[in-house]
Amino acid sequence: MLNFLLKRLAAIVPTLFFVSVLIFGLQQLLPGDPAIAMAGEDRDPNVIAYLRAKFHLDEPLPMRYVYWAKGVLHGDLGDSVRIQEPVTQLILEKLPVTIELAALAMAIALVIGISAGIVSAVFRNSALDYAANLFALWGLSTPNFWLGILMILFFSVRLGWLPASGYVSPFEDLRANLAAMIMPAFVLGNAIAAVLMRHTRSAMLQVLSADYVRTARAKGLDERVVVLRHALRNALVPIVTLGALEFGTLLSGAVLTEQVFSIPGFGKLIVDAVFNRDYSVVQGVVLFTATAYILLNLLADVAYVLINPRMRS
Amino acid sequence: MAAAAAIGMPLPRELTPARRALRRLMRRRGAMLGLGLVVFFIAVALLAPWISPHDPLATSWSAVRKPPSREYWFGTDEIGRDVLSRVIWGARASLLAGVVSVSISLAVGVPIGMAAGYIGRWVDMLVSRVTDAMLACPFLILAIALAAFLGPSLTNAMIAIGIAATPVFVRLTRAQVLAVKVEDYVEAARAVGNSHMRIALRHVLPNVVSPLIVQATLAIAAAVIAEASLSFLGLGQQPPAPSWGSMLNTAKNYVENAPWMAVWPGASIFLLVLSFNLLGDGLRDALDPRHG
Repeated sequence: MLNFLLKRLAAIVPTLFFVSVLIFGLQQLLPGDPAIAMAGEDRDPNVIAYLRAKFHLDEPLPMRYVYWAKGVLHGDLGDSVRIQEPVTQLILEKLPVTIELAALAMAIALVIGISAGIVSAVFRNSALDYAANLFALWGLSTPNFWLGILMILFFSVRLGWLPASGYVSPFEDLRANLAAMIMPAFVLGNAIAAVLMRHTRSAMLQVLSADYVRTARAKGLDERVVVLRHALRNALVPIVTLGALEFGTLLSGAVLTEQVFSIPGFGKLIVDAVFNRDYSVVQGVVLFTATAYILLNLLADVAYVLINPRMRS
Repeated sequence: MAAAAAIGMPLPRELTPARRALRRLMRRRGAMLGLGLVVFFIAVALLAPWISPHDPLATSWSAVRKPPSREYWFGTDEIGRDVLSRVIWGARASLLAGVVSVSISLAVGVPIGMAAGYIGRWVDMLVSRVTDAMLACPFLILAIALAAFLGPSLTNAMIAIGIAATPVFVRLTRAQVLAVKVEDYVEAARAVGNSHMRIALRHVLPNVVSPLIVQATLAIAAAVIAEASLSFLGLGQQPPAPSWGSMLNTAKNYVENAPWMAVWPGASIFLLVLSFNLLGDGLRDALDPRHG
């Protein structure tokens, strides 16, 4: 196990290096002088001079990368030109909101996706199976910002049940927080539920035809016990790890969902930064997201080895 | 068969693998529905100047936010433009974005993936690390970042989506090439003295095309959503040019009093993406019988 962990950690280092090169390279896409581009529309000479010194723009590119990477390794992702705050601090401020949204979305996706996958596999080729497959196609094909607008139209405008936008901290008012988060979480979880449904279905179909399930049935066990205790437990192994891999989808989706529901999270931070031409924030958010994704993948691999006894040996 | 020939009976015609795949595809109702919808949207996009009832850019202050009627089938928007005409013209931006971005991904990703798989050694190591790094950045976030640095426009959005989708094609091509290059017919081609370039293009490439076609079809669906997302955020097609994503961006401010502004562009994105997903699923089943 320790060997496996060390090997995986060693593999992460070059990936993180290339991620950093890629994100640093984004700056080079800016047309003309990056300092002028980053200074925003005001083009304040003081800001331009500050940026030129800050990013060592008079030095060769590899040296600039070294300075930038050194800062990143010390937790310094630069400063926001607009808000005049360190990018790391901005990310840490917005992160809890997005984590709450992502956690709720994942919970919804797991409940809907796994249940639909089990029903679809157990009642293969029935009307329920077709309905579950249609649900998956719907989930994979619906742009979540459209679904968000439709839900606002129905639940907020027509029925008046839920607030159309805004955010309340759970520490201030948990009820109001859940009322504000339930629609965005459903919108975000919808596509992931579809992916989980398809994976659960195929994993369950494989497991349901395995010898040990046939043996369990032959022993006269109740079908519900066979499905839930014998089949599902084994089918869930790859699905648990899939959750971590869907993290990227969650963050991508959060960008749009937070925009539709005006939630002040991580996704809104990157969109606002794009429009304010706050490039350090854009770079910081992408770097943070990629690093988190890589680390979650590592955790997923470790979890897979821990859950699956065959992998342990 | 020899016996049939001996007694003068006509031999059954051998079907080529492509024809067999086409037959399997045509037997799948979902795939045929998807194909029909794709053809429909292509026709709408191509015939836009002739079939759209109004000028998609013409504003009318006397027709602001009019609900669907005989004159305006899908209603009008906040400055009196015909929603149906904008939806029809918007099909061009979405289809163009889907096809062009995936073409960029294929043009960049396939040669790099082939080089990595075929040459191996340090080329493979370098390509694999860069691919891992790109795949670590969530697709849409990478596309947003690229579009932000390139500047907001439909062309830049297509480039950003194309670059962000490239690593999937690199990885897929590399994996396929690794499997194909150890096949006997590749060894035989090498043994008779063919050059590496000829082996790669004539013997390896044709045998890795099937999964690439499937992936490309599904990637068009993802690219259509990505373009709509970038336009929704204001990073794709710029106003006043019609695009389904930017129409939804405006529509979200008028949900209360003009819901039709949001319904039709969103339904169009949904249908176009659904059609490519159906076609992609059908192609996967048809080209890989084990999957079906």
